[in-house]
Amino acid sequence: MKGIFRKTNYAPGELSTAGKVFTYAALALGLAFFLFPVLWMVFTSLKSLEQIVSEPLSLLPNNWNWSNYIEVFQNHPFGTYLWNTTWYTIVTVCGTVFFSAFIAFGFARFRARGKTFLFAIVLSTMMLPPQVTMIPQYLLFNKIGWVDSYLPLTVPMLAGSAFLIFLLRQFYMGLPKELDEAVTIDGGGYFTIFFRIILPLSFPAMATAAILEFMFRWNDLIGPLIYLNTQDLYPLSLGLANFTAAYAATPWQLLMAASVMAVIPPLVLFFLAQKYFIQGVVISGTKG
Amino acid sequence: MAQPTYPRALSKSANKTVSIGARREEKYFWLFISPWLVGFLLFIGGPILASLYFSFTDYAIMDTATFVGLQNFINLFSDPLFYRSLFVTFAYAALAIPFTMIVGLGLAMLLNMKIKGQAFFRTFFYAPSIISGVSVAFLWMWILNPQFGIVNSILYELFGIQGPGWFTDPYTVIPSFVLMQLTAVGSTMIIFLASLQQLPKELYEAAAIDGAGAWRRFRNITVPLISPVILFNGIIALISSFQIFTQAYVITDGGPDWMSYFYVYYLFETAFFQNRIGYASAQAWILFLIIFALTFLSLYVSRKSVHYEYDK
Repeated sequence: MKGIFRKTNYAPGELSTAGKVFTYAALALGLAFFLFPVLWMVFTSLKSLEQIVSEPLSLLPNNWNWSNYIEVFQNHPFGTYLWNTTWYTIVTVCGTVFFSAFIAFGFARFRARGKTFLFAIVLSTMMLPPQVTMIPQYLLFNKIGWVDSYLPLTVPMLAGSAFLIFLLRQFYMGLPKELDEAVTIDGGGYFTIFFRIILPLSFPAMATAAILEFMFRWNDLIGPLIYLNTQDLYPLSLGLANFTAAYAATPWQLLMAASVMAVIPPLVLFFLAQKYFIQGVVISGTKG
Repeated sequence: MAQPTYPRALSKSANKTVSIGARREEKYFWLFISPWLVGFLLFIGGPILASLYFSFTDYAIMDTATFVGLQNFINLFSDPLFYRSLFVTFAYAALAIPFTMIVGLGLAMLLNMKIKGQAFFRTFFYAPSIISGVSVAFLWMWILNPQFGIVNSILYELFGIQGPGWFTDPYTVIPSFVLMQLTAVGSTMIIFLASLQQLPKELYEAAAIDGAGAWRRFRNITVPLISPVILFNGIIALISSFQIFTQAYVITDGGPDWMSYFYVYYLFETAFFQNRIGYASAQAWILFLIIFALTFLSLYVSRKSVHYEYDK
């Protein structure tokens, strides 16, 4: 009997024929809806400005103007923007994710007086509209002479991000605590638990946190907009936003070409990195 | 060495060990959260206090702040635009939060299936949420344009239906924003997907052997096990839908008939167009109190149904 049940489709992700049909149908339908804006963006980037203005309805370009992409590089320091964005994103993602994990472990793992109160403050920092603390924050960084550098955009990241602290804490609280009890019994300290147990076990969560933080940094406009004045320091987001300033009428095709190029690196990264959070770590067998 | 530091068995003989363990835990708690604490004190706490102070003043940038006490708050409560923006924002949140959650979890479950092209499907579903806010807003303006937009053209050509005005009709503008926001559900979806990956297969095997159908396995295994993450996504959806701004700024300018005059849009206009930092700060703190109350209400209401392995 057991053998028969083993063959039934119980495990998540293993499908019967009917299930497969339903899954593919649902995915195809969803994809039509989700891909539409992306396709529209790609096709617009290959149109001529005349076509965009005169035939706003047509999806496909009359002529495939690949030269739009070359024009973006010729008329703008796109390479500089790309380089700035890349190193800024890598540095902040590594710093934020590591420290958020460290802090999240503190909030998930220990009993302490004042913990609930402090965690409430962590959550609260996400709730105040950023438009408001922006001004006092600027005054502060201006006073210590950090404006027009990457310092206001990188140094505070070492304190973790409230979003990631909350996210990782939720993940850590779902891990079975028998795992680190075992370490404690073997004489290992909390750092051993954190580095040897929690970090490896929560690898999918960490990869997710890194991806989300990457996308956020890559696209962040407001921060660079406020703190950077020198064009050589501009990241891609700010370069894109200022794109239209050089023209009398918005060059939609160039704006979309630049947007497409800005999306490709994170998209490739996502495609390659997803196998890390796909490999769900098997944490079963430890639940008593 | 001290015993494992979980004060589970509070028998009298264990009491001493427990208190040593508790003190040690407290020490490590402060050690682990110290990066956040330092950063908060240096960079965040000050600006927050400053904005709280500004909310009690009449303040234009480059000017001196005059203390006006509660005047900003009193004015706010007799301001019709305050109520309109609040109503519009609540209406948007009431629609956007459930849809974000259902679509996010639904997609995550589909993308968790063993199917061909899984990596491509995941990438494509995630793609729209990477495009920066401004570009995406422009795209949807074209897509949902009532005269020449592709959606209304399809509705007319294929079904003979005269499509709605979408962003130009007071009754459809909020649903249009929700619809548009659904393609940006990527991060919610990814977070759900990551948590589904962590579920132990054995539980599903056992449940299947016991004869539990798909719905029961979903309700009785999946939902309880990922409940901390459901709560997380719910709260993030709540916070972000109350802070909706860019889309309305780019697409509708708060119209038609003030029906997309979202709260943060009003706040932004007060601060950066009218240069009334004090009034804007008061607005921000009211919004903060609303989101804060709703968040802690959801944390409180869900405390029984959210399943944590670690104790609180």
